[in-house]
Amino acid sequence: MRQPAAAQPLLTSPAVTSPGTECMASCLFIAVATLALGVDTALDVPADVLAAQDVRVAAMARATEATVAIFDAAGQGGGSGVLISPDGFALTNFHVVASGGPAMKCGLSDGVLYDAVLVGIDPVGDVALVQLLGRDDFPVAEIGDSDAVRVGQWVFAAGNPFLLADDFTPSVSYGMVSGVRRYQYPAGTLLEYTDCIQTDAAINPGNSGGPLFDADGRLIGINGRGSFEKRGRVNVGVGYAISINQALRFLGHLKSGRIVDHASLGATVSTEDDGVIVDDILESSDAFRRGLRYGDQVVQFAGRDITTANALQNVLGVFPPHWRVPMRFRRDGQTYDIVVRLESKHDPAELVGLVQREEVDPSRPPGEEPQPDAPGPDAPDPEGPQMPDLRKLLGKEPKLPAAIAERYVQRRGFANYWYNQQAQLRLWERWLEQMQDEGGDSLGYDWQIAGHVATGGEFRLTTGRQQSEIRLPQGVTGAVFRDDLSVQLSPPGSGGLLLAIHLWQRMMDEGLRTFGEVVYLGRLPYGLEGRPADCLSCLYGGVEMRLFYDEQTGALAALETYPSDDVDPCELIFSDYREAGGRILPYHWVVRFGDGEFATLEIDAYKIASPAAASGRDRE
Amino acid sequence: MTHTNLTSRTTRRLGERRALRCVIAASLVAIMACSVSIGAARAAMPVIRDVQRKVVKIYGAGGLRQMEAYQSGILVSAEGHVVTALSYVLDTDDVAAVLDDGRKFSVEFVGSDPVLELAVLKLNLGDEQVSWFDLKEAAAAAPGEPVLAVSNLYGIAAGDEPASILQGVVTAIAPLEARRGAFQANYRGDVYVVDAHANNPGAAGGALVDWRGRLLGVLGKELKSRVTGAWLNYALPVETWAGSVEAIIAGRNATGSPGLALAPEEPLTLADLGVVLVPNLLARTPAYLDAVRPGSPAASAGLRPDDLIVFVAGEPTASCSEVIETLGRIDRRDELRMAVLREGELVDVVLAAEIDEEPAGPPSSAGEVDEPAADESDSTEPAAGESNREGA
Repeated sequence: MRQPAAAQPLLTSPAVTSPGTECMASCLFIAVATLALGVDTALDVPADVLAAQDVRVAAMARATEATVAIFDAAGQGGGSGVLISPDGFALTNFHVVASGGPAMKCGLSDGVLYDAVLVGIDPVGDVALVQLLGRDDFPVAEIGDSDAVRVGQWVFAAGNPFLLADDFTPSVSYGMVSGVRRYQYPAGTLLEYTDCIQTDAAINPGNSGGPLFDADGRLIGINGRGSFEKRGRVNVGVGYAISINQALRFLGHLKSGRIVDHASLGATVSTEDDGVIVDDILESSDAFRRGLRYGDQVVQFAGRDITTANALQNVLGVFPPHWRVPMRFRRDGQTYDIVVRLESKHDPAELVGLVQREEVDPSRPPGEEPQPDAPGPDAPDPEGPQMPDLRKLLGKEPKLPAAIAERYVQRRGFANYWYNQQAQLRLWERWLEQMQDEGGDSLGYDWQIAGHVATGGEFRLTTGRQQSEIRLPQGVTGAVFRDDLSVQLSPPGSGGLLLAIHLWQRMMDEGLRTFGEVVYLGRLPYGLEGRPADCLSCLYGGVEMRLFYDEQTGALAALETYPSDDVDPCELIFSDYREAGGRILPYHWVVRFGDGEFATLEIDAYKIASPAAASGRDRE
Repeated sequence: MTHTNLTSRTTRRLGERRALRCVIAASLVAIMACSVSIGAARAAMPVIRDVQRKVVKIYGAGGLRQMEAYQSGILVSAEGHVVTALSYVLDTDDVAAVLDDGRKFSVEFVGSDPVLELAVLKLNLGDEQVSWFDLKEAAAAAPGEPVLAVSNLYGIAAGDEPASILQGVVTAIAPLEARRGAFQANYRGDVYVVDAHANNPGAAGGALVDWRGRLLGVLGKELKSRVTGAWLNYALPVETWAGSVEAIIAGRNATGSPGLALAPEEPLTLADLGVVLVPNLLARTPAYLDAVRPGSPAASAGLRPDDLIVFVAGEPTASCSEVIETLGRIDRRDELRMAVLREGELVDVVLAAEIDEEPAGPPSSAGEVDEPAADESDSTEPAAGESNREGA
């Protein structure tokens, strides 16, 4: 497809000594020639060495099948990617797709060029998700565990360096893990490589977005950048790969079609003589509400010992916002363990602005960014005269191929809103199915729920469209659902249980369409165990509700209501789904607020007065 | 004494043997090495971890464009002696070393070998324990042998992060013919040439080890081939520097040794000799001759511009300041022995320190002047004048 313009300089890149250059060349030549003749006869190579070689060759053959050569729609540039599911989802770098628009072409080692569409982007982590179209049986990479990667381990990178492969067959480079949990500074706030893998396997321009495999061919990282400085933009033995564990943690988010942000703790720290000390903290942050204060010493974060401020930044970078992470800190000789809900690094509008700037002028991370998506040395000089951006001049997007057009919806804040719509639809339909709601009677708002509290005593909940009331062992409280809902936070200490139940009923009664903006956020952890589940977010009356759906059953596993940004949500975790009033409803509720549990409610009976059939199918 | 040792060592020129013998054997070993199985890599992990403990991150002067303020170093004694590259990074009193586990130590400059461009530092360990390479257990490698380069190249490792590991094979053992900018590298002896990108910014002073974790050499500064202009990836074999480093540690070579501590009656100056050094901008500017005054004792002794003064009266001199300081301890009436490095060769010279009769100073019969004040003006002014002319 492209001329390998950069092939020539590559040949000269391995540094060899001066007087020996010719001798070295002949030495290598002899070695290569010997190999070509068949090492077993010529050199009597031990059988186990040959066996190891066969294993390596087989691993590479498998792994390269899932390796993708990416070209932007205009054929101006490209990079690499790796397939992770048979329906064509492939990971790559954000900086590979940043300026290419929603459509691209992807070549595989079978020599076929497929249409592909942009799905979601993570500009901070430099990851993007695309979907190749036209097959449901794409070869996929076997996923490894990047947290288990060790320095000294053999690895290989596959991809399309210098856009060499005319037939899309990936190039493979072999090397060693040089360092793990490395940190590479961002450009501004984007393209920050945290907790990444450093390798001496050659990572060159065009390798960007491509896979790093372990010796057995398991995917452990997404190659994205290297250190170059004064030696020109070819590999000098230092490449970095985003850990696959980080990329997969964001996968649910990327599938949402959103522009995905990274997390912030809401506090900053500095390395002092006596440890990593909190030197600033937002009082509106969850960390503050959990008890973290100025001057506290951070000891552990997400299970990792924190010995420097950099180490904290390094660990923090692998999480999406809203993720819940255990943290240990020390104050006055005493140790505290908390679970912190992370917040967003950027304001959403700010992030959109940064991404739009990247689309026009992709950034170069400090000093050493390879710009590996550019097609090698023949790329236009970034400092020199620039080609005018045609898309900008024409003022509209070029026409998309039909296959792409039907999978692309433009919307501010999204890389591709179509995927968000699809996710919403999928969750909603599965939920309806699980509820056994076949468009029959509405459940309405008039319910009476009786049961007992796990810690002892009975409760009785009476709900209505305008107001609800709950009788608990500690007393009776009510809430009125008019005007500003965000102040209706009774019973005290629950964070708004009655409001949460009201919004749940509204969702069941009228569907999500009556809520303001509904967005599929991706997969987020909920509840105490922090199990990730598909999460929808919606707004009603100034209150945000997040709905978590069980992956197996499609049932509503939990809901959280946020009366405002800077207070804890009421968390309602549902289980023990059984039949009630002709529907399937949860009989076990855990209500959590802030640091602890408000109550565990065991339902004895739902008494639901359906508006259609007032005395309907009650059940005792 | 040390002077003689060093001279003979350098002139022995390990590089007399042609580098690339055993070509076939080398390629054979290389093929085997490439096939080092996954199992072997796993077995190497404890070795790698052990080596990382003995490689330190060094932070000092620099930070300007393409002058990284960091490099690497190798621990070679339980007392915290570190071998590293002699470079501008050490040109500050504020050098610090950070271990793989994040422990940070202030550093003392012990001494240096200006020919090898190596320095010996000592970490102020206090009661702390460190891992270190025993130079007596160092190994040697043949071409084709798999090796690991361990350094903090590009300053990637920070705080308690261990140094980076690059793998490759020794592709040759060959004399170093290299340059840095327009300057020739001082050392011209044999080095290990490797196919790993071992000598990136910040890598100088790092370790080259075999797969058993035995020290083979120290990674040198960034240099380009004098012939091809390609960046070189090489290490100075332990055998070429162990003696010098041990001597420095033992105090035999230490700068400012007490033997010359007494100030002479009539201290010697550069102007007396008729030489001008390059502008002394940094704390450890190498003592290159910028100019030699015609007819001066230096000229008579055959000194030339671009000679690097490495020994003055048997004392190693790593910088302009050390040359001036050492001269200051020598009486101007004494005969002066110096050694300079010229195109990779040590050249011994003997200077008769006569007061130059030609320029400004009053005519004098050498050594008989009895007015110290007049002496001083004689000695400084022509020098300044010389210097200005050179600069213009």
